[in-house]
Amino acid sequence: MHPAPSLVVFTVLSGLGLGMIAWIGLGLGSESPLFGWIGGFIALAVTGLGGIASVGHLGQPKNAWRAFSQWRSSWLSREACLMVTAKVALALYLGLWLIFDLRIQPLGWVAAALAGATIYATSMIYAQLRTVPSWSATPTPHLFIAMAMSGGLMAVSAIMGMVGLEMPILFILVWLVGAAGTAIWWQTQAAGAPRGFHGSSMETATGLSGLGRVSLLEPPHTGSNYLLKEMAFEVGRARAYQLRKLGAVLGFLVPIVLALGAWALVSTGAAGLVLALAVICHVAGVMALRWLFFAEAQHVQALYYGQR
Amino acid sequence: MTTLPERTEKKLGLVIDLDICVGCHACAVNCKEWNTGGYGAPLSDQDPYGEDPSGTWLNRIHTYEVVPEIPEQPAQIIHFPRSCLHCEDAPCVTVCPTGASYKRVEDGIVLVNEDHCMGCGLCAWACPYGAREMDAAAGVMKKCTLCVDRIYNENIPEIDRVPACVRSCPAGARHFGDLGDPDSDVSQLVADRGGLDLMPEQNTKPVNKYLPPRPKDRAPGPDLAKLAQPEAKGFLGWLDRALEKI
Repeated sequence: MHPAPSLVVFTVLSGLGLGMIAWIGLGLGSESPLFGWIGGFIALAVTGLGGIASVGHLGQPKNAWRAFSQWRSSWLSREACLMVTAKVALALYLGLWLIFDLRIQPLGWVAAALAGATIYATSMIYAQLRTVPSWSATPTPHLFIAMAMSGGLMAVSAIMGMVGLEMPILFILVWLVGAAGTAIWWQTQAAGAPRGFHGSSMETATGLSGLGRVSLLEPPHTGSNYLLKEMAFEVGRARAYQLRKLGAVLGFLVPIVLALGAWALVSTGAAGLVLALAVICHVAGVMALRWLFFAEAQHVQALYYGQR
Repeated sequence: MTTLPERTEKKLGLVIDLDICVGCHACAVNCKEWNTGGYGAPLSDQDPYGEDPSGTWLNRIHTYEVVPEIPEQPAQIIHFPRSCLHCEDAPCVTVCPTGASYKRVEDGIVLVNEDHCMGCGLCAWACPYGAREMDAAAGVMKKCTLCVDRIYNENIPEIDRVPACVRSCPAGARHFGDLGDPDSDVSQLVADRGGLDLMPEQNTKPVNKYLPPRPKDRAPGPDLAKLAQPEAKGFLGWLDRALEKI
């Protein structure tokens, strides 16, 4: 599938922001109003930035508001609705806490639950597609939730460190290792999910299975088209190995080392900054992996073009 | 609303005879000609006369070679028109976030309301058949409308009130009708010839059916070369032998 930069940036950044909303809502850093202001602002800003990136993917952005209407059937519509309600719930929780000094923890839990549901809805946009087995036959929701929650936890903790709160370093390490494990689990499943996963082949695609082995003699047109550019993406797969290595190192190994470094520096005040660096590395690594999530995914439609 | 109707009153669709299609692309050309001026935005082309031409088509004709498992059977060339199958369980409709995609209750045609489409492209990803194409100029999703602006059009002669592809096919390989009515001509044709669903494993329940090619004759035996050089008899035979001796 075509790895549109807008989609890579959108899914990674909105995931990070939603992970932050979830952890803030669950009560991390709730002893410091200063953290509430900074953490809340960054969480909402990062999520919003992701949302803006997603609009860049649209052919007719003027109709984007209609995406809030089809929540009964469409995961994309559910994602849009949930994202807005999660942000409103967090803003309400923070507003009551920081302006009226009335911190209602259950309201924070509601914001966290809505943020979690939004991440799940994002993942289901991909996981629902039978046409793309490496998304639908794999633990895609687990992958998206693990990435968003581990990134969000690190970002929230970095801000906690910078405003002088104690950072849950051990908890971060557990989440990072868990997220790395989830990424490996997803990758092993994706490797075993070619186009034929649901039984699709050139023979079932053409209905000619009884006659023999089918191969493409002539494509419909000599030039390329939307279908090939969007759903038969081949560019850059040659560098998949290097990108995956980059994703593993930047996304998990370096953040784990930096988190341990932050633990060692916890008394100096620089720990928060070290963890912030870990967040930047993690986001870069997850973006490399998310690029591969799209670029390596194969669509059954390409069977009509002879791509077995 | 992008929820699918429980049932549709009719199941209008196409039956495509792979035994007859000669791969002339006339249906694709007429489809583009009619639909670029009909329902919704035109079907644009990018760089049409340049080095890398591309464009929006609602019907594309692939050509396949099929090599049989049995060695003495000859290979076959099969021309394969591909367009929207107007599925009963259309995944392209339910994924649509804006309500632009819908399946009509009255005849089962799957359509896009281009005024509501935001051009996210998710429906094209959800379709296993590559039947939806985003128009690069208009930024909205285009697909086969089953020529909804022809089939009910009382301003054109009755003979033309079929989809453009069916009307233009010079070989009679394309048929249009109600596949929900078991007594209709198209349903009878599907029953007689064993009409097929494409990618049934995708659970889309396509309305359009494809009629498989009929079995071909066996390849002639090794006597073919002898047949090309018939033995001369009589005067010609004498002349042939005489000339050989010179």
